[in-house]
Amino acid sequence: MSDEYKFLYSSFITHHSSLLFMVIKIPILKVGRVLIVPIQVDMDDATVLQLQDSILNELERTGARGVLIDISLLEMVDSFIGRMLSDIAAMARIMDARTVVVGMQPAVAITLVELGLELGGVDTVLNVDEGIKLLRGEFVLDGDDAANANEGFSFSGESFHRS
Amino acid sequence: MPTKGLASVESRSIALERETDIAVARNEVRAAAVRMGFSIVDQTRLTTVASELARNIIKYAVRGRVIIGMVQDASRRGLRLIFEDNGPGIANTELAMRDGFTTGGGLGKGLPGSRRLVDDFKLESTPDIGTRVTVVRWLIS
Repeated sequence: MSDEYKFLYSSFITHHSSLLFMVIKIPILKVGRVLIVPIQVDMDDATVLQLQDSILNELERTGARGVLIDISLLEMVDSFIGRMLSDIAAMARIMDARTVVVGMQPAVAITLVELGLELGGVDTVLNVDEGIKLLRGEFVLDGDDAANANEGFSFSGESFHRS
Repeated sequence: MPTKGLASVESRSIALERETDIAVARNEVRAAAVRMGFSIVDQTRLTTVASELARNIIKYAVRGRVIIGMVQDASRRGLRLIFEDNGPGIANTELAMRDGFTTGGGLGKGLPGSRRLVDDFKLESTPDIGTRVTVVRWLIS
């Protein structure tokens, strides 16, 4: 099994709030030349900003060419989170990387449109599989990378899906 | 179909004093919406409105509160959220309701966007006294 998952926990974000004694960790996983960011918690604003920083730092450190942000567990995207997604996409583009947001819940999509957010510059696809395909189509990966990315999406498809 | 549609929600007030209180307000509003039997889309609308309006208070007024409660008229019930603060107030409420207008460097979607997510929306503000935003989403039964 572990062979199948050539996963590298390249970084963890740790947000300490002394007021609530709360620690929020959002992993950034590097698979091939793609950073996978599964957001699985309700983020407060500080965590959102910290995540943005961490993704950009990881892009620089790893030279990844794609960022896949899985928001399938996010029950709400307000203008603050929407702006973060647009900003990450814009900054990543400047660093020569493409950003894809995957798994948006239908209720979240409806609300975003009514709110008037367009998520400028962000590609959105239904699931992690489609996200990886899109990112792979975007740049030519060498053999190793392509293999890693393939394994990456079978892993993510199983693990991140809600039952 | 919602089966909890008859559950009632007691009125409660949540202090908005620090940034992490925004998430607390969101969770409380969602819980109330779930208890009342709102659809998943309406739950999301109400949670998002709570997030936008609570953030406005933290950002512009520093502190305030949200009062979550149920309202009822002859034929229907709704969830009402009242966001109030004693902050600087809004000089031009008409302008503040315009899409894209911001004084805080944001996207300018908070107020006009929130209005689109609820059925009733009322903004009252007096400079140097404070601001109150009252929203209601009615339950369709």
